[in-house]
Amino acid sequence: MKQSHVFRSGLLGLSFILLVVALYLIFIYVPTEKTMGIVQRIFYFHVPVAWVAFLAFFIVFLGSILYLWKRQSKWDVIASSSAEVGIVFTTLVLITGSIWAKPIWGVWWTWDARLTTSLVLWLIYVAYLIVRSYATEEQRGARFAAIVGIVGFIDVPIVALAITLWRTQHPGPVIFQGGLAPPMLLTLLVCLAAFTTLYCLLLIQRVSMKNDEGEIKRLKELCSWGCD
Amino acid sequence: MEGTSPASQAWAIQVQGLTKSFGNHLALRGIDLEVRQGEFVVIFGPNGAGKTTLIKVLATIMNPSSGRVLVNGLNLKNNAEEIRRRIGVVTHQTFLYGNLTTYENLEFYSRMYDVPRLKERIHEVVSMVGMTSRLYDRVGTLSRGMQQRLSIARSLLHKPAIMLLDEPEMGLDQPAISMLWKALEIEGEGKRTIILTTNNLERGFELGDCLLILDKGKIVYQRSTQALDLADLKQAYQHSTRLEHELLA
Amino acid sequence: MSFWRNVIAITWKDALSQMRTKELVSSVLVFTLLVIVIFNFAFGASQETMRLVAPGILWVTFAFAGVLSLNHSFILEKEEGCLEGLMVCPISREVIYVGKMLGSLLFMLIIEAIALPIFAFLFNLILSLQLVVITVLTTVGFVAVGTLFSALAVNTRAREMVLPILFLPIVVPIIICAVRASGLALSGEPWGSLSSWLQIIGAFDVIFLVVSFLIFAFVIEE
Repeated sequence: MKQSHVFRSGLLGLSFILLVVALYLIFIYVPTEKTMGIVQRIFYFHVPVAWVAFLAFFIVFLGSILYLWKRQSKWDVIASSSAEVGIVFTTLVLITGSIWAKPIWGVWWTWDARLTTSLVLWLIYVAYLIVRSYATEEQRGARFAAIVGIVGFIDVPIVALAITLWRTQHPGPVIFQGGLAPPMLLTLLVCLAAFTTLYCLLLIQRVSMKNDEGEIKRLKELCSWGCD
Repeated sequence: MEGTSPASQAWAIQVQGLTKSFGNHLALRGIDLEVRQGEFVVIFGPNGAGKTTLIKVLATIMNPSSGRVLVNGLNLKNNAEEIRRRIGVVTHQTFLYGNLTTYENLEFYSRMYDVPRLKERIHEVVSMVGMTSRLYDRVGTLSRGMQQRLSIARSLLHKPAIMLLDEPEMGLDQPAISMLWKALEIEGEGKRTIILTTNNLERGFELGDCLLILDKGKIVYQRSTQALDLADLKQAYQHSTRLEHELLA
Repeated sequence: MSFWRNVIAITWKDALSQMRTKELVSSVLVFTLLVIVIFNFAFGASQETMRLVAPGILWVTFAFAGVLSLNHSFILEKEEGCLEGLMVCPISREVIYVGKMLGSLLFMLIIEAIALPIFAFLFNLILSLQLVVITVLTTVGFVAVGTLFSALAVNTRAREMVLPILFLPIVVPIIICAVRASGLALSGEPWGSLSSWLQIIGAFDVIFLVVSFLIFAFVIEE
């Protein structure tokens, strides 16, 4: 128990430091981009958050496979926690995309390839969470969600491919393109590290909360049957 | 030892340490059971005791969480399809398609079970349950009692050695119940092994060779009918379902 | 092989059931036509505009009709525990998947075979072999994934709502490709320009036939 506490506190500290450094880099260190101006800085939020959204779904995928294979609830706990954190990050992708689009293109939404794929990912996350809550029993919900997690993850590359092909035929406003100067690359990498660490922290917190909830349920169940 | 060694052939069903959990809920908590070929086992128990879960596991509809189940010497885990060939299942749901006729329903199941000489067999089982006149009627137009009789006909198509019956009387009136039991009394095809779950103590006592009481996922009482009379059984039932007991000697 | 014999038995049983209750075929058909007509009023524009939006209208219609028919597939099995009846038969779980999938495929192809000529008539378009191929390929994708989700959705509360929420996001890629390819087909483009879209639909079909085949057992077994 103590070990995990130390680990978690360490992770919290690391996460905090990285985020502070990232903020510094984004707002103070990195030079302003010439065509888009200050708004471009949102790029350093948007891309890492999108990366995490997809990483989270990959974890959902792995957890789902392991759950169906081993039938141990710990894998389902990891999968569902990752889905909850993941949908938050996916929402942030959509929001940051929107914040970028408005000043540059004058519209709240562009059917940009990455943004659109993120929207579909968001819908798949929603499907995952809805299936859990609409199942008649908890264990069924976990099993059904695992199936959605597996099918959904396999679907995402195909979605990305189809949407990208669609957009190349009908080009429209694109969010980010082009190469990166060294200071921009550095900033981006640090932000990637910061948000990934944040994801890990949130995931672990959520997993331990769910484990505690599960433990309480198990104890309640034992007591209602009369302790053996 | 799996496979069909002579020793295991004598046992129709062997259950060792069977548990079944649904998330945090333990429906079956370590069932040990041995049923001989040709034996008629009746399982009583209050609602939620796990009777239906046990039948579903034996019928290969549900997977055990742990433990071993052998049916005719075959392991449930590896030989589920083979096992299904040898069991007939009747529950309070009839497994019949309402907008197909009696004949079409039975034809479908005959195909699924690879029943030889399909037409003949269908006529045979239908007359066993006294439903020949309704052969070409849609099942949805039949009364509940008739549908349940038909369900028994369905389960007998492939001449199963083992019958699993989960509260087949549910929702039927008295005349229908009598017809139901008449349909099950079919001999002449060898003595079947039957496992029946019911809430009806009198009927179970009348029919069974061996009686079990299941409560909260455990067998709390097991006796052969010969060693018992109805009053004892009733007392035992009230006693064991109010408190939790270990297996009585 | 007994696998295919049993599959055909299940598909035939479904087909028989549908022929009996003509309600399903006719109601999905009427629904399909209504959606096409309503879209027509919604856009109510020039011949030129309608040409442009026609493929989109077609595929939205087929997607919704697909949801209706897929939903029905396992609702049929829920009554009187028929799905358990199938699970008790000496067949593998995969036989059930393929049997039901082919049943839904047959049903949807019949609906589409009737709806497409009517659609061409209302929009003054020419049907071509290309359009037929696109329709068949995309429908296979619909039923590959839809059968899996239908079996799942029927075991939830609010089953009519759960299926579209699961199904529609997953089939987004083939809807996009079908719409694009249909647009090209209706403009009389050669097969070459359709190929990249058809390849994606084809890949989707193969991938999800295999994936659904493999995980179907997990949906129906506790």
